[in-house]
Amino acid sequence: MKRIFSAALVASTLALAAASVQAVTLRVSNQGDVQSMDPHSLNESLQLSFTGNVYESLIERDKKMGLAPALATKWTQTSPTVWRFDLRPGVKFHDGTPFTADDVVFTFKRAAGDGSDMKGYTNPIKEVRKVGDLAIEIETTAPYPILPDTLTTLAMMSKKWCEDNKAEKPVDRRKGIENTASFKANGTGPFRLKERQPSVRTVLVKNFSWWGGKTESNLDEIVFTPIGNDSTRVAALLSGETDVMEPVPLQDVERIKSAGSFTVLQGPELRTIFLGMDQKRDELLFSSVKGKNPFKDVRVRRAFFQAIDEETIKSRVMRGAALPTAEMVGAAVRGFQPDMNKRLPYDVEAAKKLLAEAGYPNGFEVTMNCPNDRYVNDSAICQAVAANLARIGVKINLQAETKVSYFPKILRRDTSFYLLGWTPSTVDAHDVLASIMATPNDKGQGTFNLGAYSNPKLDELTLKIQSETDQKKRNDMIREAFKIHQDDVGHIPLHQQALAWAHSDKVSLVQLPNNYMYFKWITLKSK
Amino acid sequence: MDHAQVEVVQAGLPGGPPAARRDLPGPAAPIGPAPGRWARFLDGDFWHSFRGSPMAIGSAAVALACIFCAVFAGVVAPHNPTDLATLELSDSMLPPSWMEGGAAKYLLGTDEQGRDVLSALMYGARISLFVGGASVLLSMLIGVSLGLVSGYVGGRLDALIMRICDVMLSFPSILIALLIAGVGHALFPGAHDTLAFGVLIIAIALPGWVQYARAVRGSTMVERHKEYVQAARVIGVPPLRIMMKHVLPNVMGPVLVLSTIQVATAILAEATLSFLGVGVSPTSPSLGTFINEGNKQLFSGAWWLVIFPGTMLVLIALSINLFGDWLRDALNPRLR
Repeated sequence: MKRIFSAALVASTLALAAASVQAVTLRVSNQGDVQSMDPHSLNESLQLSFTGNVYESLIERDKKMGLAPALATKWTQTSPTVWRFDLRPGVKFHDGTPFTADDVVFTFKRAAGDGSDMKGYTNPIKEVRKVGDLAIEIETTAPYPILPDTLTTLAMMSKKWCEDNKAEKPVDRRKGIENTASFKANGTGPFRLKERQPSVRTVLVKNFSWWGGKTESNLDEIVFTPIGNDSTRVAALLSGETDVMEPVPLQDVERIKSAGSFTVLQGPELRTIFLGMDQKRDELLFSSVKGKNPFKDVRVRRAFFQAIDEETIKSRVMRGAALPTAEMVGAAVRGFQPDMNKRLPYDVEAAKKLLAEAGYPNGFEVTMNCPNDRYVNDSAICQAVAANLARIGVKINLQAETKVSYFPKILRRDTSFYLLGWTPSTVDAHDVLASIMATPNDKGQGTFNLGAYSNPKLDELTLKIQSETDQKKRNDMIREAFKIHQDDVGHIPLHQQALAWAHSDKVSLVQLPNNYMYFKWITLKSK
Repeated sequence: MDHAQVEVVQAGLPGGPPAARRDLPGPAAPIGPAPGRWARFLDGDFWHSFRGSPMAIGSAAVALACIFCAVFAGVVAPHNPTDLATLELSDSMLPPSWMEGGAAKYLLGTDEQGRDVLSALMYGARISLFVGGASVLLSMLIGVSLGLVSGYVGGRLDALIMRICDVMLSFPSILIALLIAGVGHALFPGAHDTLAFGVLIIAIALPGWVQYARAVRGSTMVERHKEYVQAARVIGVPPLRIMMKHVLPNVMGPVLVLSTIQVATAILAEATLSFLGVGVSPTSPSLGTFINEGNKQLFSGAWWLVIFPGTMLVLIALSINLFGDWLRDALNPRLR
């Protein structure tokens, strides 16, 4: 009897062991959580990166950031403003409904409609037409050479599923509301959403009926856990509780490297960190200056720029892992102007003089908004900026908070002075011009120009750049627009932060410069 | 029979506090040349008990030292970490002065903004102690009065107050604090520093009063039926006076213990709220925010950013706790 019992025990243990060998689970941790499962509700890197494993777009990025066919197998420009896309046959959504041209038409409508944060990408599109079950045509209002780049960020959703779940419209993150698509997902991607507990964990499982067939990844399951505290996140990696984590706190890079069996991947990121100022209101919401807005004066903006000691921020706060920049895009972005990347000199005296000329010899007081869990050392950067500005008499009331409350606040433009980072998801300067620098309007321009910097000449150039097909002319216009923005000090660019991921040596993965993590390229050795 | 009752009834007799004497009808018993307050204090049980307890002396000394440093931070501290213009970013992350690479002017090293850790601790303790102390006092005030009334009056009022307590307890306290702080900030958007402190104190105090109310109510219900209370009632002492003069001293024991624990809790709650963006600004770090920041550096070897603020918090919390422990025994008539 006893023998039978122990035999059964051994057998069941073996069975269990076998089962756990079969299911390969990758445990990923990030500084913050994905805000929503809806790929259209927030145009933010982590959001698009994570949902990009569940949802797919017509065209995707390959490992070298080039374009690769995804849900569209082929695309051709039939006239300067019309593009034809042949859709991939045999693709099914996770709920089993086939993917057709109707879904594509629906998706574009959804992404262009109320509550969508992707309007900036659909804005140049005039019409999306179904020309067959598996073919569509996209007509743009004007020639739009970077349409394929734009399409990499627009994830396709199922018309039927969205209608069944009353999620035809994405919900506006600014209003803090949710719908079914915020916590459920039905994409075509290599992974399905299995479990969603906001701020706790999100679990993806392999989609066995993915059109791509076998992926190079051997993952069956991905458990994504937000761990806000830097040390805890590092500890979780070092103790083997997680396999991949990002971002690596800069102060811990050496520690992780020296632990053996872990790799730290550092590369330049496309994201530019910058400061924005409210230049629209006649009186700042949060400032000691009443009756006028000091940021409307370019001398004040320039004074702020020159008062910031970016080199020291780089060497101290960022521990060298940043590239100080004078431009709103990094070197890898199309349209970057190498010769224009010279920051205004750090000069406290000159800054004081500018402030005095503008009528603020004793400075003034203003509130600065800052996230404390979004970008690398974001809150520390803001503190350093506040200390820098104190030297020209500007008193900063720093309000640093978690991104969950920070983003809705600044997206409502409830701010006078803020810090933001921007990755041009099309890897093209036009994205920055249209989203950050152009005057905000309801057509998707300036959606992240939260201080409403405005220069009509730049707006005009942005529209032209959008449709210019001649690369030389286009680049010249980008130069001109960047020059205008620099002269106006529309924003204060600080630096491009370095990407830093860390993973255990069991993992092999691909790090893209836009900080996207695609699980289909990750393998986990069972040892 | 019960020592406690005898004791408290006696408190109304000569030798007790003058205020209590007035409750008694009839002429007061004659007393000799009254010794000064201070002399009476030095001669009293309280002082004797204090002098006889090394733990009390030690903890009071540490607590006083901490409070002194905090209150007079502006005079004692070598630097002013809240004056942003004096911070040198290039002096950031220096180890304590006795270590290699440390600078003599920064005894306990600097943090990542170049703030002197020693000065930041003193200034931070000031914020923490102020917020912690004020919010504990406030919640104690609310909680003890409601608990007394609830336990003494009983009936419907008791039921009402206790149901409010239940409702408060069913929410996590940090949630209530967030709500209050959020509303406070929404009502006074431009307000900073001074008002932010007020909001913060209320935000931490409001969820905290429930603990006191419950503890006091329980003890009050026990005391209410005791003979000394009934005796006081019979001779016509008004209810308010009975509560304040007779019941209150007998139920303060648990309150003192609670409040000493709550000071530490309040300091931590303040750190949480500050991290969430509704507390004090990171440019004037409290002890809690400082620990939180230092926590991030745990793995990178900058131990001085964790150990010193942590020690400071432990010292404050522990000394107040130990002192409170002794105070409870010293003030408890049952143990005298």
